[in-house]
Amino acid sequence: MSKPETLPMSISIKFFARLREQVGKDSDELKADSVTTAGEAWARATDGAEMPVNTLMAVNMEYVDADTVVADGDEVAFFPPVTGG
Amino acid sequence: MKVEIRKKGFEPYAELARYQTELNIDGQYGACATFIGSMRDFNEGDSVQSMVLEYYPGMTEKYLEKISTEAIDRWELLDSLIIHRVGEIHPADPIVLVAAWSAHRAAAFDACRHLMEDLKSKAPFWKKETLSDGERWVEKNTLG
Repeated sequence: MSKPETLPMSISIKFFARLREQVGKDSDELKADSVTTAGEAWARATDGAEMPVNTLMAVNMEYVDADTVVADGDEVAFFPPVTGG
Repeated sequence: MKVEIRKKGFEPYAELARYQTELNIDGQYGACATFIGSMRDFNEGDSVQSMVLEYYPGMTEKYLEKISTEAIDRWELLDSLIIHRVGEIHPADPIVLVAAWSAHRAAAFDACRHLMEDLKSKAPFWKKETLSDGERWVEKNTLG
């Protein structure tokens, strides 16, 4: 019987545009020991930096909010409001 | 349905003609509505020299495919096309082409407008402008 809460998780983090410049990296690989949310992933990947209020986030390339739980192997992305078109 | 991200310049009218020929729906569609967006040489009162368009490889295509599929279902379109530029662009360069084909004009107009507004508000693209005195990220898109 596995114990999910003790399994190390690997989460791929990505930052885009202004956030990439502010954080100073375009990606990171997080190791976590327990269930974590997208918001917690931000905190760990940025050493607790405050998340800009209008930050958008995606898990596995789908929009989510900060409370969304992330799983082992997930890709979590953070980016500012979009300005395409 | 086609969604494409282009890293080099494209000619929207030629793309449109080529794709429509490939579609082979002559006689079926009564309407084709298109939108072509190009780069301005001004923004928020400043002269803009060039711009870099960044995107999220994978998610951007996925998002555009999702809204295209939804629009085809909702307006019973015969087909749709989205081409969007990324990389360094200059004033007058085409940025985006959206086209919708349908039996009647209302569906084509409405779907084209909807696709464009959805792309503008949610598709992961970001613009960074080069001005005469430096660079700046575009913080938000202008309304309509």
